[in-house]
Amino acid sequence: MNKYIIEKIVFWVFRLMTLLVVGILVWILGFIAYHGIQVLSWDFLTKMPEEGMTKGGIFPAIVGTVCLMVGSMIFAFPIGVMSAIYLNEFLGEGKIKSLINLMTDNLAGIPSIVFGLFGMALFVNKLHFGDSIVAGSLTLGLLVLPIIIRTTETALKSIDDTYRHASYALGASKLYTIKNVVLPMAMPNVITGLILGMGRVSGETAPILFTAAAYFLPQLPDSIYDQVMALPYHLYVLATSGTDIETARPMAYGTALVLILFVLFCNLAANFIRSIKN
Amino acid sequence: MIKKYFEKLQIALLAISSMITTVTIFLIVIFLFSYGIKFFTNSSIEKGYDIVVHESNPIQKLSPVILQQIFDQEYTFWHEVGGNQDSLEILHFEDLPNYYTEEQMGAEFELVGACITDYLSKHPNAITIIPSININSSFKGKIVEVASIKFADVFTTQKWFPTSKPIALFGILPMIIGTLLVSFGAIVLALPFGIACAIYMAEIMKSKWRKYLKPTIELLAGIPSVVYGFFGLVVIVPIIKNVFQLEVGETALAGSIILAIMALPTIITITEDAIQNVPNSVREASLSLGASKWQTILYVVLPFAKNGIITATVLGIGRAIGETMAVLMVTGNSAIIPNSFLQPVRTIPATIAAELGEAPFGGTHFQALFTLGCILFLFSMGINLYVNYTSRSKN
Repeated sequence: MNKYIIEKIVFWVFRLMTLLVVGILVWILGFIAYHGIQVLSWDFLTKMPEEGMTKGGIFPAIVGTVCLMVGSMIFAFPIGVMSAIYLNEFLGEGKIKSLINLMTDNLAGIPSIVFGLFGMALFVNKLHFGDSIVAGSLTLGLLVLPIIIRTTETALKSIDDTYRHASYALGASKLYTIKNVVLPMAMPNVITGLILGMGRVSGETAPILFTAAAYFLPQLPDSIYDQVMALPYHLYVLATSGTDIETARPMAYGTALVLILFVLFCNLAANFIRSIKN
Repeated sequence: MIKKYFEKLQIALLAISSMITTVTIFLIVIFLFSYGIKFFTNSSIEKGYDIVVHESNPIQKLSPVILQQIFDQEYTFWHEVGGNQDSLEILHFEDLPNYYTEEQMGAEFELVGACITDYLSKHPNAITIIPSININSSFKGKIVEVASIKFADVFTTQKWFPTSKPIALFGILPMIIGTLLVSFGAIVLALPFGIACAIYMAEIMKSKWRKYLKPTIELLAGIPSVVYGFFGLVVIVPIIKNVFQLEVGETALAGSIILAIMALPTIITITEDAIQNVPNSVREASLSLGASKWQTILYVVLPFAKNGIITATVLGIGRAIGETMAVLMVTGNSAIIPNSFLQPVRTIPATIAAELGEAPFGGTHFQALFTLGCILFLFSMGINLYVNYTSRSKN
């Protein structure tokens, strides 16, 4: 057979396989959207769950997830950015830098359930935070720390050295240069990291199972030492262990859709910020 | 002067921040392993219970596995477990009222020890588990020592009954096999699609379209695992149930399919990067020799990108092994060793997620789950170190 005919066949097979991969994504999103949109309403977003979580809304879960997103970022964002600044601007190539890089990569690769175990042992029990927003936020913060560090590092690396040198030539100190020249320029990409981190946090279930998430709470949390409901855990509960799984199914579709919208929004926002910068 | 110290302080603060990831890894190691190793100092017999036999019985020590088998009536003679030639009898403590009246046992059950002594003297070949509180002055018999949980036992025992009383069994072999099976299935499903998609994106597709496909693949990576699990539960599981005519659709296959979808973005992104990194001069050399584009890809580009593809595979496996929620929701979670993809399985992360909430803090079961966590941790470290090593040796 002619090699160009083989090529045509192979390329078509590849094209179909790629289409299938995209098709799976469209299928998942379409499926959730189609079923979820039927329960999505203002009431669904702003009401408490009712009748054993088969009716009503998911307001406390949304509030809980937002709490965890904000809480983890309060912790992870400053530390991640500072860490990246030190790694990129102060630390020269060497053993220490490669050790820190290795450890950051390792942290990124640890399964999320292990973070859950660790958070439970350290924050919940050793530090006596109990199942709470603080414990969950700290656990999730450690989980997204590598993402923040890596995106910030990339952002700092993309700033040309001429800007730094120009600032030094004007007599500015290194710290002053970083604060007033390098960081402002890198900011859009640093913010991208923040948003991607928030997207990741909003969808994580395993780390909050034993550190923050509650099965059901009749009221909103009123301190950072309270347990919270969270969207991903709420979806898990509705899908597998609710009082009446079949009647709760529409609620589960709605929750899944809201959760996907959270993640989608974060991804789109990150892409948008990246695109206006370029 | 003060300004200078202030600057120094700020730099010190930055330096401390950069240490956080390293410190976290060390803390994770300390906490996971302190609980995980303590597990091996436990006995698997419930606290407050003792195994007793007649004084004349030569048995001194029994392992948890053998004890469980004894009470499962898998042995009929003492010599099978290292004792004498006599036949083995079991007294279940809850059957005691069948042999003795309430009066004989005492109003406060203070005479139970005497009853057991009496029973053992009549049945010298009997073995029983009794609450330690009954071992008082009226009791005469021998307490059998229960060997603590052994490293080798844990990895070879096929039974996981962490809450069974009075003897719990902690065999993690079913979970290890389950995890490997599901991940293996996932990677076998994902690799052809991942590589095909990466080749198509990097070599064949017009760059105009690639611009759209890349964020799409990233989006696939962004979908939370619990959503994948939910999708698997309401879509994939019923399909598997109908296609294979099964009673339950929650199987290893369902887990593999969902994990394959989840591993795709990792495989595609890294493979595509590897293919993009192949220098154009190599492609041009091949094309100028008259090779077709496909021949160039197959014989020149792919071998060149081999290391990257291996890295992609390893990271994909890593992602699959550590995945918790999706697998927990679709694989059925029964802790038996599966012999096909159409059986329910239970993975290590799913076990931790499902059981930690119910395990009493600091108990043997709790520690056993931390041991599972240690295994996962070591595995992910191994994968990261391997990837790090290969990528460094390439540079």
